[in-house]
Amino acid sequence: MSRTNAIIPSLTQGKPRLAAFGQRFLNGVIRYTLMILLALLLFGAILLISGRNPLHSYRDMLTSTLGSAYGFSEVLVAMTPMLITALAVALPSRLILINVGVEGQLYMGACFATWGALTFRDWPAWCLLPLMVLLGMAGGALWAFMPGYLRARGIVNETITTLLLNSVAPKVVSFFIFGFWHSPMDTDKTASFVPAARLPTFFGTRVDLSLAIALVLLALFWWVMKSTRWGLEMRAIGGNPQAARRNGLPVSTYLVVVMCIGGAIAGLAGMAQVSGYYGLLLNNFSRGTGYMGFLISWLSFGDPLGILLTSFVVAVIFTGGNLLQLTQGLPFAVINILLAFTLFVVLARPTQAVIALKGAYGSEPKP
Amino acid sequence: MPDQSHQGSAQTPFIAMREITKTFPGVVANDQINFDVYRSEIHALLGENGAGKSTLVKILYGYYRADAGRILLDGKPVSIRSPQDARRANIGMVFQEFTLIPALSVAENIALFLPELPAVLNRREIHRQIQALSERYELHVDPQVMVAGLSVGERQKVEILKLLLSNARILILDEPTRVLAPHEVVALFRVLDHLRQDGYAIILITHKVKEVLQCADRITVLRAGRVAGSLPRAEADEGKLVTLMFGRELVGPKAGRQKARDEAVPPLLELRGVETRAEGAETSLKGIDLRVYPGEIVGVAGVSGNGQRELGDIVLGMIRCARGKKLLFGEDLTHASIGTVRRRGVAFVPEDPLTMAAVPFMTVLENMALTRTWHYARSGGFRVDWQAIRSDVQDAMGRFGFSFPLYAPARALSGGNLQRMTIVRELAHGPRLIIASYPTRGLDVQSAIAARQALIQARDDGAGVLLISEDLEELFALSDRLIVLYGGRIVGTFRPEETDAYTVGHLMTGAEVQHV
Ligand SMILES: Nc1ncnc2c1ncn2[C@@H]1O[C@H](COP(=O)(O)OP(=O)(O)OP(=O)(O)O)[C@@H](O)[C@H]1O
Ligand SMILES: [Mg+2]
Repeated sequence: MSRTNAIIPSLTQGKPRLAAFGQRFLNGVIRYTLMILLALLLFGAILLISGRNPLHSYRDMLTSTLGSAYGFSEVLVAMTPMLITALAVALPSRLILINVGVEGQLYMGACFATWGALTFRDWPAWCLLPLMVLLGMAGGALWAFMPGYLRARGIVNETITTLLLNSVAPKVVSFFIFGFWHSPMDTDKTASFVPAARLPTFFGTRVDLSLAIALVLLALFWWVMKSTRWGLEMRAIGGNPQAARRNGLPVSTYLVVVMCIGGAIAGLAGMAQVSGYYGLLLNNFSRGTGYMGFLISWLSFGDPLGILLTSFVVAVIFTGGNLLQLTQGLPFAVINILLAFTLFVVLARPTQAVIALKGAYGSEPKP
Repeated sequence: MPDQSHQGSAQTPFIAMREITKTFPGVVANDQINFDVYRSEIHALLGENGAGKSTLVKILYGYYRADAGRILLDGKPVSIRSPQDARRANIGMVFQEFTLIPALSVAENIALFLPELPAVLNRREIHRQIQALSERYELHVDPQVMVAGLSVGERQKVEILKLLLSNARILILDEPTRVLAPHEVVALFRVLDHLRQDGYAIILITHKVKEVLQCADRITVLRAGRVAGSLPRAEADEGKLVTLMFGRELVGPKAGRQKARDEAVPPLLELRGVETRAEGAETSLKGIDLRVYPGEIVGVAGVSGNGQRELGDIVLGMIRCARGKKLLFGEDLTHASIGTVRRRGVAFVPEDPLTMAAVPFMTVLENMALTRTWHYARSGGFRVDWQAIRSDVQDAMGRFGFSFPLYAPARALSGGNLQRMTIVRELAHGPRLIIASYPTRGLDVQSAIAARQALIQARDDGAGVLLISEDLEELFALSDRLIVLYGGRIVGTFRPEETDAYTVGHLMTGAEVQHV
C-alpha cells in the first residue's frame, strides 16, 4: 500500500522552486561523485588483485585523458558518437518508445552516406557533405520507420523489432562492401574517401565537426521539449498516452515520426563515423556504439545535460582504459569491468533520479 | 470476528486528531484541524472541493505526514508515519481510486492484504473467513472470481472485506458513493450501519448532503482547510450544512426546458446503425440510431458497463465503427481522427479525468492547452503562447465560477478540482457538441450546480449535449430527451415529462423490476 508518490517536488511559486532545484542539483552532484568514487574503489580492488598499483593506474588514466590537450581531444573524439547515439535513444524515450535499434540505424546511415561519398566523389565538399548527412539520416530513418510503423499500428512492440533489425543492418553493409565497394587492396573495406567527403577537423586533432553538430542537436532537443508546441505534445503523449489521444493529439503519427527522427539521428552518427573518424567504410566498424548510446541515455534518464555528463565520464574511462592497456599491460576487457562497476553503482539508485527527472520537465515558462 | 466489548469509556474518542496542519506548496490544505471519531459512529466529512478532506484522512492513514499536530488512539498518542503504521493501529482506508489487482481473484486480493501472509496460502481458511464476514455484513461476493469481472459496486465490497479481514476497526471511505448507482448506495449504507452496530468507527467522505443526513451520526464540515463546524445528526439539516460548507445558501440551476424544436434544423450528431466490436472488457454497441439536435440535451441513462463509455468513444472517434455511419455537423466523419472531430467543435468530458483527460505530471495550465495546441502555437509551433492560455482559462474560470490552482501538477489537484479543470477546458471554447460523462461526479454541491448550469447555458447557446449519467435525478432535471442503454442497445427513448424514474430504472436493468 505504501506509495512513493506521496511527496511531490513540484511547486506553485517561483522562488522555492528555484531553491529546490538548486538543492536537488547539488544533491545530484554529491551523489554522483560518491558513486564514481565507489566504482573507482571497487575497480581498485581488482587492480590490486592483479598486482598493479591502483593509484598509479588512476593517475596515468587521469593525466593521459584530462592532463594534456591531446588526451582531452581524444576524450572528445570518443564522446561524440556517444552523444549522438544517446540522443537517438533519448528522443523516442520521451514517448515511451524504446529504441534499442540505434546500432542498426547507425550502420544503415553509414551505408547510405558511403554510397553518396563513392558516387559523387567529384562534388565539392560544400555540397557533398550535406548530401552525405541527408543520406545518412535517410538511411537511419528508413531503418527506424519499420519498427515505428508496426508499433503505431499496434502490431509489434518496437523493442523487439529494433533489436532484431540490429543484426540485419551489418549484413547489408557487408553485402555492399564485399560485393561492390571494397577497395582493390582489401576485401573488407572501401577505399579511403576523397577529402571532400571527410568532415573537417579542428586544430589538427581528430575532433571533427560532428561534435559541434552533436552539441547543437542536444541543445535543440532540450529547447524543443521545453518550449515548443511539439515538445508540449510529446510530453503529453509520454505522460499519459490515453489522455493525449482523447485530447485529439495525433499519437500514432507522433510514434512513427519520432521513431524516424531517432533513427535519422542514429544514421547521422553512422555518417559521422565513416566520414569523420574512419574516412572509409569498414566491415563491422561499430562495436556496440549504439548500445553504449542506449545505456547512456537510460542512465541519464533522457536528460540532455545528463547525457553530456555521462558521455564525458564514459569517454574518459574508455580513453584512459586504452592507455592502461598499453602502459600497464592490462587486457582491454578490464575496462569493461570498470564500466560495469560504474553502471552498477549508478543503477543502484534509480528512484531518486526518476523523481528528479519528473520535476525537471514538469514546468512551463512563468509569465 | 470483531470484538464487541467497548474498550475505553464512551467519552474518550477512538481516534482524536489534534491541531493537524498540512501545507502543500502554495496551499494550506489542513489548518489546525481537530477531529474526533468515536466507536460505533459514522462520522461524515463534508466540504467543498479542495477543502482538505482527502488530505486529512490521508494523514490519518499515514499516506501523508502532517507538518504539525498529534493523533491519539484511545487517548494515547500514536505515531503514524506510513500506511503500515496505520494498519497496525487498526486503521484501514478505501481510496478514491480502488487498489485491487484485476488479474487476481477476490480471495487472492484479500489475502495479499492480510497482516500476516503465510508463505503457503491456506485457501480454504481464507475462503471461510471471507464467507463468514460476507454473510454477517451482507457483502456477498464469490471469493474465487477474478476482480476484473466485477462491477464497481462489487469491487467496493471487496475493498471493505479486505479491510475487515485485516482487522481494521476504523474504516476510512473516501467518496465511496461517487461511482455507485443509487441502489448500490443503499446497499452500502446498510453495510455501514451494520458495521457501526458492531463497534466499528467509520469516516465517510461524500458530497451528497442527503446521503450524510441519511446515515451519519456526526458531521464535520471543512472549509478552506479549517473546521467550519461539527455537529451531531440531530442538529443538522441540509440548509445548515450547505451554509457551513459555502458560507451561504445555494440556488439550484435554472433548468427551463428547451423551446419547441424546429424540425427543419439538421442534427449536429447522427449515428446510423452504428455497431462496434468489443475488445476486452468493452461492451459492443448494437444498431445505435441516435440524433442530437442543436439546443438539445440528450440524456443517456443506463447502469454503467452497458455501452455508455463506448457511445461517448464512438462519437469522439476513440473506437472504430464496425458498421454504420457517424455524421457530425452534416459531414460524414465515421473514420475521422479525434483531432479532426475536436476541431469541428466536439468537446468531451470523460468519466475519469485522471486517466482519460489529464497528464498527471504536467501542470494544470499545460493540461489546459492540450486540446487546442494548434490554437495556441505561435511562430509555426516554435513557441506556445502561455499568456493567451492563461487569460482564456482565467476568463472561463470566472464564467463558470470555478477556481483551481494553475501551476500545480494535475495529479496534485483534489478529485473535484480535477473535474472542474476538465469541465472548464472542454466548455471554454464554445463547443457545438458536448459529450459529458458523469460531469458532476466528485463535485461539491455548488460546483455540481455550476457544472449543470454551464451545460444548460451551452444548450441555450445552441450546442447539443449528450449527457451520460447514472444519476436519474440529474438526467430528469436536465434532459430534453432521454434514451436508455442496456447491453449496448438503445432500449427506450422518452421525453422526461412523459415518463418516470420507475419506468427508466426498469429498462436500465433489462426486464427485471428494480426494487430500490
Ligand atoms: N500532493 C499534493 N501536492 C500539492 N497540493 C496538494 C496535494 N494534495 C492535495 N493538494 C492540495 O490540497 C488542497 C486540499 O486537497 P484535498 O484533496 O484534501 O481536497 P478534498 O477536500 O479531498 O477535495 P475533493 O472534494 O475535490 O476531493 C487542494 O487545494 C489540493 O490542490
Ligand atoms: Mg478528495
